[in-house]
Amino acid sequence: MSEHNQLLADLGLDVQLHDKLLASQAKSYRDIILSQPDRPGAMAYFDRAAHGAHGGRVREIVDAREQGAKMIGTFCVYVPEEIILAAGAIPVALCGGTTFSVPYAEKAFPRDICPLVKSTLGLALADICPYGPIKDMAVGETTCDAKKKVWDVISQSVNFHVLELPQKKTERGGDLWLHEVHEFKERVEELTGARIEPGVLAQKVRLMNRKRRLLRDLNELRMAPRPPISGKDALLVMQLALIDEPERFCNELEALVAELRQRVEDGVSPFAPGTRRVLVAGCPSVLGNWKIHHIIETSGAAVVCDESCTGTRYFENLVDEGAQAVDEQLEAIAERYLRIDCSCFTPNTERIEHVVELAGECRADAVVQYILQYCHTYNIEAIRIARALRSAGIPSLEIETDYSEEDAGQLRTRVEALLESLQGVSP
Amino acid sequence: MSAATTAIGIDLGSRMTKVVRLSDGDLTDAHVFDTGHDPLSRLLEVMEGMEAGALLATGYGRYLARNHLPCATVTEIRACARAARRLCPDCDSVIDIGGQDTKAIELPERGWFGRFEMNDRCAAGTGRFLEVMAEALGYGLEDLGPQALRADRPVQINSMCTVFAESEVISLIARGEDRRRIALGLHAATARRVAAMASRIDTGRRALFVGGVAKNPCMVANLREELPCELIVPERPELAVAIGAALIALDEAHGGAEATGDPGRGNRAEAAPRSD
Ligand code: SF4
Ligand code: SF4
Repeated sequence: MSEHNQLLADLGLDVQLHDKLLASQAKSYRDIILSQPDRPGAMAYFDRAAHGAHGGRVREIVDAREQGAKMIGTFCVYVPEEIILAAGAIPVALCGGTTFSVPYAEKAFPRDICPLVKSTLGLALADICPYGPIKDMAVGETTCDAKKKVWDVISQSVNFHVLELPQKKTERGGDLWLHEVHEFKERVEELTGARIEPGVLAQKVRLMNRKRRLLRDLNELRMAPRPPISGKDALLVMQLALIDEPERFCNELEALVAELRQRVEDGVSPFAPGTRRVLVAGCPSVLGNWKIHHIIETSGAAVVCDESCTGTRYFENLVDEGAQAVDEQLEAIAERYLRIDCSCFTPNTERIEHVVELAGECRADAVVQYILQYCHTYNIEAIRIARALRSAGIPSLEIETDYSEEDAGQLRTRVEALLESLQGVSP
Repeated sequence: MSAATTAIGIDLGSRMTKVVRLSDGDLTDAHVFDTGHDPLSRLLEVMEGMEAGALLATGYGRYLARNHLPCATVTEIRACARAARRLCPDCDSVIDIGGQDTKAIELPERGWFGRFEMNDRCAAGTGRFLEVMAEALGYGLEDLGPQALRADRPVQINSMCTVFAESEVISLIARGEDRRRIALGLHAATARRVAAMASRIDTGRRALFVGGVAKNPCMVANLREELPCELIVPERPELAVAIGAALIALDEAHGGAEATGDPGRGNRAEAAPRSD
C-alpha cells in the first residue's frame, strides 16, 4: 500500500473505493482540464493542488492537527473564514462536485435533493472523503431547505454548528446575523481553545481581502477582449480557493495574475479572436464539476465570468480593514458577508440587477443560467433574471441539470443553439 | 446541375431519420425511416441512391452523420427555425413536436432565431408519449388522432409521466371507459403541456407547427385551443427540420444566410404550403 493510501486507511477510509473515485476523477481531469490548448504556465501549481486535494492537502492538515490545529469543514460562502483562521484553525469547503458519490446518498436520502448536497453526503456515507474523519467541526447555515434538513441528520454524529442566516436583509436581519457571527467566534474559540486577538484577526481579514482582490484581478483579466485564460481554468482556480492553504494560494495566484497580464498585453489567448462570450450565472460548480463550462467551451464559446459561489459571490466586496476592537471587526465581517446575494434571500432584487450589470461588464454575448436540479431558489429566481436580461437585450438560456453525463448531448444541443441564435444579429 | 441549386438535408432524429433533397427550391426527394439501432448503414444506403448536392446534417444523431459523410452540422433548433422562415415567412414562432423532444422557438425580425424552449429528459409532451398511449389503447399511431376526434368529451388524464399515464390508461380501460374519450383526454393533456412550454417564449400572432406529431389532427385541434395565437401546419410537417437543413446547406453554398437575405422576415416571400 502506498504511503498515502496507508494514511487514508489509517483515517478509516474505504481505500479501494477511494481509488476508484480517484481513477474516475483523473480521467475527467485529463479529458476536461489538461487537454485544453494554450494553458498559462502558472496553472501547473493549480493542477498539482487539484491533484493534492485528496493527497498533499490532506497530509498537510493531518500534520497541522498533530501540532494542535483544528480543521473546520464548511458548505457555504457565508461562513466567515477570517474567524476560523484567526483562531489558528483551517477552513476547508466540503462540498462535493462528483457524480461518483451520488448513489451512496440516494440510498439513505430522498433522490430529489440537489446533486451538490447528494454528492457531499455520499462522500461522507461511503467513507471516501478524506476530510470527513479529520474535521473537528463542521459548520452549516440556514440557507436552502435541503441543507437545513441535512444538518439535522449529520449533526447527530458530527460536532456541528449551524449559523442562522436571516431570510430578509432588514435591520433586524442584520442584527440577527451580527449576533450569529459573535456566537460563531465563541464557538470557534471554544473548539480551538484560542482567544481571537484583534491583531491576528486584522491580519486574517487582510489575508482574506488579499485573496478576494487577487480573485477579482483574475476575473477582470478574464473579461479582456481576448481572454488570457479559459473559463474552465479560471473556475478551477476559484474552486481551489475554497480548499487550499490561503497564503500559498495567494502567492501562486499572484504569479498567475502576473502571467495573465502579460498574456493580455501579448494577445495570447486559448480562444480565437471573435469567440462568443458567455457569463455563467447561478449555482456553484465545486471541485470536480466542470460540466457546464466544458460543454460551453467545447461548443465554441468562452466563459468569461462566473456569477456564482465559485465566482463573484466568493470574492466581491471586501471586509473593512479599519476596525480596531474585535467587536468592530466582527461588525465589519458581518457586514461584508451579508452582502452576498444568494437566492435563498427574499427579496433578492440586487442579484437580478447584478447579473444584468455583470453581463454588460464582461461584454457577454449571452448568459447561461446554471441551475442544479432541485435547487428551487436559483431555479425560480432564474425566471426573473431571464426577463431582466431580455429587457436588457441579452440572450440567455436556463439549464437545469445534475452531475451525471446522461443529458450531456441534449445540453450541448441547447448551448450550440444558443450560440447559433447569436448569429445573423450583428454583434 | 450545380451544388448551388441542389441540397440534401439529413435529420437524424431520436426515432425517425428524414432525408430530403431540394432542387431549385422544390422538394424533389424524401426518405423517412426508423432511426433504429443502425441508422448509419440505412442512411448511407439512401444517400447512395441520391443525386449529389450540398449536404448538411442535423438532429440528435448529427455527429454520427458528420463522422461518415462530408457534411457540416447544425442543431435541429436552427434547422427548424430556418425551415419555418421558408414554410411560413410571416410566422412569429415555430413549435416542433418530434419523437422524443418538443421545442418552441421564437422567430424575431432580426437574427436566425430567438429564445427557445425544449423539454428536458422527460418524454411527456412528445411523440413518444402519444406512441406509448396509442399502443396501450390498441390503436395504430395513425388512428389515434382521428379516433380521439370522434369522442364526445375527453376523460381527464392526471399523469403526464409516460409510465404513470400508461397505467392510468390501462385502469381506465379496465373500468370500461370509452377508448376514444381516453384518447381525447390524452391529446388535451399533451396539448396543455406543450402550450405551457410555448408560453415561456413569445409565440407572437402566428406559430408554425411542425414535426411528426403535427400530422395528428387531434393534436392540431387541441393545440389550437390552448395556444393564444394562430397555428399553421405546413404540408409534410415531419420533413420540416430536414428541409431546414437542406436550406441552410444552400445558404452556405451561397455565402451564408445573410448573403441570400434570408432569415429576416419578408425578405424573401416564398410560397408557404399550408394545409389548415
Ligand atoms: S448558493 Fe447560497 S447556499 Fe449555496 S454556497 Fe452559495 S451562498 Fe451558500
Ligand atoms: S445548489 Fe441550491 S439546493 Fe444545492 S445546496 Fe446550493 S442552494 Fe441548496
